[in-house]
Amino acid sequence: MTEIAIPLSKIRRPRRTPKGRQVDPAAREEIARLLEGASLEPDHLIENLHRVQDRHGHLSAAHLTALAEAMKLSQAEVYEVASFYHHFDVVKEGESAPPQVTVRVCETLSCAMAGAQKLLDKLPQLVGPGVRVIAAPCIGRCAEAPAVCVGQHAFGHATVEKVVDCVKKGATKPVGPHAHDYAEYVKQGGYNTWLECVNGKRDVESVIKTLEDAGLRGLGGAGFPAGRKWRIVRAEKGPRLMAVNIDEGEPGTFKDRHYLERDPHRFLEGMLIAAWAVGIEDIYVYLRDEYHACREMLEREVAALKANAQARLPRIHLRRGAGAYICGEESAMIESIEGKRGMPRLRPPYVAQVGLFDRPTLEHNMETLLWVRDLIENGAEWFAKHGRNGRRGLRSFSVSGRVKKPGVHLAPAGITVRELIDEYCGGMLDGHELYAYLPGGASGGILPASMDNIPLDFDTLQPFGCFIGSAAVIVLSQHDRARDAAVNLMKFFEDESCGQCTPCRVGTAKAVKLMQESKWNRELLEELSVAMADASICGLGQAAPNPIRTVVKHFGHEV
Amino acid sequence: MKMNDLAANAQTIDFKLNGDTISAFEGETIIQAAERHGVDIPHLCYKEGYRPDGNCRACVVEIKGERVLAPSCCRYPAQGMEVASNSERAVLSQKMVVELLLTDVPKEDLKPGANELFQYAAKLGVTGSRFHMRDQPKCDVSHPAMDVNLDACIQCTRCVRACREEQVNDVIGYAYRGHDSKIVFDFDDPMGDSTCVACGECVQACPTGALAPAKKAYQVVADKQVDSVCPYCGVGCQLTYHVKDNTIVRVDGRDGPANHERLCVKGRFGFDYVHHPHRLTKPLIRKPGVTKTADFTVDPTRWSDVFREASWEEALDFAANGLKKVRDTHGGQALAGFGSAKGSNEEAYLFQKLVRTGFGSNNVDHCTRLCHASSVAALLEGVGSGAVSNQVSDVDLAEVIFVIGSNPTSNHPVAATWMKNAAKRGAKLIICDPRRPDLARHAWKYLQFKADTDVAMLNAMLYTIIEEDLVDREFVRQRTSNYEALRENVKGYSPEKMAPICGIPAQTLREVARTFAKSKGSIILWGMGISQHVHGTDNARCLIALSLVTGQIGRPGTGLHPLRGQNNVQGASDAGLIPMMYPDYQRVDDPAAIERFEKFWGRTLDHTPGLTVVEIIDAACEGKIRGMYVEGENPAMSDPNANHAREGLAGLDHLVVQDIFLTETAYLADVVLPASAWPEKTGTVTNTDRIVQLGRRALDMPGDARQDLWIIQQLANRLGCGWNYAGPESGVAQVYEEMRQSMNSIGGISWERLEAQSAVTYPCRTEDDPGQSVVFTENFPTKDGRGKLVPADLIPANERPDDAYPFVLITGRQLEHWHTGSMTRRASVLDALEPLAVGSMHPLDLDAMGAGAGDTITVASRRGEISLVARVDEGTPRGTIFIPFAFYEAAANVLTNPALDPFGKIAELKYCAVKVTKGGEIGKLATYGGGQSYSDEGKVCRVEFAQAAD
Repeated sequence: MTEIAIPLSKIRRPRRTPKGRQVDPAAREEIARLLEGASLEPDHLIENLHRVQDRHGHLSAAHLTALAEAMKLSQAEVYEVASFYHHFDVVKEGESAPPQVTVRVCETLSCAMAGAQKLLDKLPQLVGPGVRVIAAPCIGRCAEAPAVCVGQHAFGHATVEKVVDCVKKGATKPVGPHAHDYAEYVKQGGYNTWLECVNGKRDVESVIKTLEDAGLRGLGGAGFPAGRKWRIVRAEKGPRLMAVNIDEGEPGTFKDRHYLERDPHRFLEGMLIAAWAVGIEDIYVYLRDEYHACREMLEREVAALKANAQARLPRIHLRRGAGAYICGEESAMIESIEGKRGMPRLRPPYVAQVGLFDRPTLEHNMETLLWVRDLIENGAEWFAKHGRNGRRGLRSFSVSGRVKKPGVHLAPAGITVRELIDEYCGGMLDGHELYAYLPGGASGGILPASMDNIPLDFDTLQPFGCFIGSAAVIVLSQHDRARDAAVNLMKFFEDESCGQCTPCRVGTAKAVKLMQESKWNRELLEELSVAMADASICGLGQAAPNPIRTVVKHFGHEV
Repeated sequence: MKMNDLAANAQTIDFKLNGDTISAFEGETIIQAAERHGVDIPHLCYKEGYRPDGNCRACVVEIKGERVLAPSCCRYPAQGMEVASNSERAVLSQKMVVELLLTDVPKEDLKPGANELFQYAAKLGVTGSRFHMRDQPKCDVSHPAMDVNLDACIQCTRCVRACREEQVNDVIGYAYRGHDSKIVFDFDDPMGDSTCVACGECVQACPTGALAPAKKAYQVVADKQVDSVCPYCGVGCQLTYHVKDNTIVRVDGRDGPANHERLCVKGRFGFDYVHHPHRLTKPLIRKPGVTKTADFTVDPTRWSDVFREASWEEALDFAANGLKKVRDTHGGQALAGFGSAKGSNEEAYLFQKLVRTGFGSNNVDHCTRLCHASSVAALLEGVGSGAVSNQVSDVDLAEVIFVIGSNPTSNHPVAATWMKNAAKRGAKLIICDPRRPDLARHAWKYLQFKADTDVAMLNAMLYTIIEEDLVDREFVRQRTSNYEALRENVKGYSPEKMAPICGIPAQTLREVARTFAKSKGSIILWGMGISQHVHGTDNARCLIALSLVTGQIGRPGTGLHPLRGQNNVQGASDAGLIPMMYPDYQRVDDPAAIERFEKFWGRTLDHTPGLTVVEIIDAACEGKIRGMYVEGENPAMSDPNANHAREGLAGLDHLVVQDIFLTETAYLADVVLPASAWPEKTGTVTNTDRIVQLGRRALDMPGDARQDLWIIQQLANRLGCGWNYAGPESGVAQVYEEMRQSMNSIGGISWERLEAQSAVTYPCRTEDDPGQSVVFTENFPTKDGRGKLVPADLIPANERPDDAYPFVLITGRQLEHWHTGSMTRRASVLDALEPLAVGSMHPLDLDAMGAGAGDTITVASRRGEISLVARVDEGTPRGTIFIPFAFYEAAANVLTNPALDPFGKIAELKYCAVKVTKGGEIGKLATYGGGQSYSDEGKVCRVEFAQAAD
């Protein structure tokens, strides 16, 4: 037969490698070095991503591929997690890496009211090359609005000058709080109560009873009675786990950081008592990534505790968030601790039954545990005797906005916003009058000044379409507009929605568009709100319409 | 869980749905119970059989007493629960969800007739949207098989679950967050550049056509759907052909016992070879004076250089007369037939009957000889049956899954999915292979032992089990024989001694052995890596011993499973398409069997076992075999030392080839008979699990091509057989029923039963026998009912590397291409995905040669030389090169060593010495392969005289 051949143009070249991206040998070595001593279990994915991001300032495709191989994960599994969290910068082939330094300017409500936009407008021209300025969701410094984070150095009362100065000096390391350290805490009688518990001087029943009598409720926002939770988890079959939620991301909330920065061991002791009472071997402490200084401090203090504890400790695992509001939701946090995207789980089953690593899990907000020692030592009545307007106990209000003395104020439960401003916050700022207030952060709705006499506590605000949540009170004055606040919050929800369920993922985006119109389509927004509240998987989507509905209800003239 | 699985559960829960009390099975969700009672609750992210995810929220229902609505796909009813799917409140949210999703998809329907979003929008009366549309992403058409239209994506993540939880290919992820959330491939790469293996499960799962077959296949409305079985590997996936105007437009997976709707790239996208213009449509007779030589490249478009067209009458007479002449001149022993494991059971049965009664010899064999002959030899000797003891699906019941010498993600992709599923639920997957298979990522232990050291490694494990007293003494005592001999023999094989030989640390060998022995259920699966060695039978003996001494056989979740390669290699062997056995493994030298078949077929039969594949070719070279009938096999490509095989075929007096394409073998024929592709006929095939499955004809044949069964009968009758099989589809049902009479194992599987059930497992003795999925539960079908332990010692490969030929060549298959490539290289998608021959090497070996990925390299053995493109692959061990044998332009079997295993007569295709050098000229490409059938010019292949590759 005659020699045959076909034109080159018709021939496809075969791949030079097996399918898809291959591991670069140099990247493999770098990752191996970086992961020395690190766990390669899948739940450590976020921790390991942090190692790479911290070291290289970004996550290159080559490093991610090598990381996937090292952890025996698929590339997609690594990528979907890396791309979910704000604090990871994925850089693919051919893309340029982000500048060395990142300045995050908080743009959420309190900071927006304090002029964050001005910083965002001006800073990019002034900070110079090698620095990027990006808007960020609430970083938990609302009392010092506007707040920024230069590298890992977070501070408030930010001005253009301060930020530029900080950048120039290279002050990008966290600046530590001066917390009570282990020795000081012990000197003042710390950990004695825990030791009494583990040494049999106190019994579980009486401890739980104290919590119940004091009426201690979950202070992360949901308000579930703490004692009851202990009983439920305790009754589940072991091994049981504990997950501590210090991912306070609800705009306006900063109480956990406030306490952590001052007295970390009080919370740790409460945590150990809970572990003892419920029978827990492993505790996972999830700290939001925005609190860099707290993380360093907590690592140090937990190490001191481990080194010096006078009784056997449960295993304590510190886990670092990576920038995701949704991970404050209890089941999303569990997903994140497991090294996954922070997507809330459907319930039932409840976390108490099937939680972290599918084990029964006691999940608590940090502040809830903070109170345990004091309640046991002082008795239930000591706590329960506080309260106003028929409510009992104490609440840690994070107050920000147009008041003279913003900050964390420990006040009686049931206090009204007017009382809170006048008695604890030094009154309104000069030239500002109360116009509106948010009783419970971004999700808790917006109320007008005319309703300044409602007791602030769990269960008291529901009749008004609001809730107290984590007790983050943001105060607006006549210089602010409720609709602007609502749009700011809905954009926040749009950005922070995990993207799992339709009503929230699509609903928040569509709501933002509708809310930006000068005249709101109230009928459509209400229909959308009903579906979001009724059909979303978690509290984020269910509560996201609260700003819409309360603005329509109380500030109709604005929309 | 699927509803059929639930029905068996008797527990029920009564609850109220829309006012009516209905009853749910325990474990059934609200939506499943509702559907069973005729209430259709809207749903999008829920797909029966997949894990419900509850993300779309279209299925929300109102449950009395609950604060918010609940997703009915994820909620289980409780006794007395009051549920409303049609309340005003529930419907508002259902409609809003659908409206929100409808806002963001194009108006054009990308999945006409089956777009679930559009269907539920219509049902709920959602006609348009009052919202702003999102910014739409661009379409991704980078993959030859599938289009990614993310503008139609509703983020339901069915594709993620398809890719991650069902097939466990782990390519698709759900990345970013909030309204930016997006379905991504790897790192948000174009699908065509990703690690995607194109199983298409995501396409099948997608409710909107956001993931769709390429070239707008969904836009073609099929005029019929035909249920059949996949024509490729031994897994035996059931599928449905969608046919329009006698053309297959697409293929879907069907809920068969082996695949449960899953398919791989070949099964789903590799179907259009049947429509390739190279199909033979007229009988061809060799032109006088055109000589046969061993050295050639076939260009099927230039068939007329060698052949002329003939009528069927002329061609059949010519074919039969040539064979008759050899028979009558030189005797039946001078004739041989190669049937095919790609044909049906009926074809295999008739083919061997033709050889045995028409030729008068037992010289009938097929490619089983080249795949599991040694495994079968060891199994017949050890446990009395060559078939698998347990089905692949038993991996789900196993605690330990031991896979050796097998790369199932390429060669048995859907079987691999069950293994990956098992590993995900916590089963310990142990992978042993010199080449790192993709499955290794899922493994508890991956043992990358040195090629050719199987017996050393396995004996070390047996040593550990015996030394550490992990033997199942009771089982050994009651159910095995020859234990003492085994125990004595392995004494010399301590893990410490074997570690340097096999390259696996002694501690690992011991740990694996302990885990295997102690588990509640350990199953062994193996492939050609075990069998294609001169010590292939010994390799398999060790595996059998491992299973027997630990008592890991005879129960669900245990056993021995040689993964069968071809769609019907099990069935063809069962039907007697092998030289030493009649149907059902009745030996041709067994007087009782001879008597039975001489009576049954009404002929005197040859009482000596015939020659095997490689022996037949050798005999042809020696002039002892003078005439051959080859049906659907391509020994000129598939046999070891292919040049030698071609010489043998070229030297025949008379060669009849029956095929659908002008293969390398057909090119040497005296007469070529145009046959039927699988979708053009009805018949049964038997998969690796011993499941007999019915394939139904979906297409008419092109031109004057004929069904194989008809052709075999025509030739047989011209050789004086006097057959008459009446009925439709070439009398297939009658042939089957005759075969059944000769095979006790399928005695209970009637043709009617197959028509009704599509699939039945054998052994199945009676019509009401459901079929035995696990065998050897009480005893082994050996003479004494015991499993025989056979010791094995180290035998080195026939040709070890040396200074002149320092590399080891390993041959095998790749995911996209089937065997000699005659089908798959004409399937446009498969050809596009793997267009040319490649040799995979370790990057350091390539470096040492001064070559890089993509360079041309030349590989030579003592038998031949080929040039091809180098592929860098870290999974290939140092000092070896892996070449798939599907590529005619660089036929790997030109290099391979025909040395045989003495028991199975299988060639050592997994090991020979070669040298590899940089440079060379890639073989000429004819008018298929190289991605030609995928090119825009379509399937018309024009010949030009130019150099093929740069």
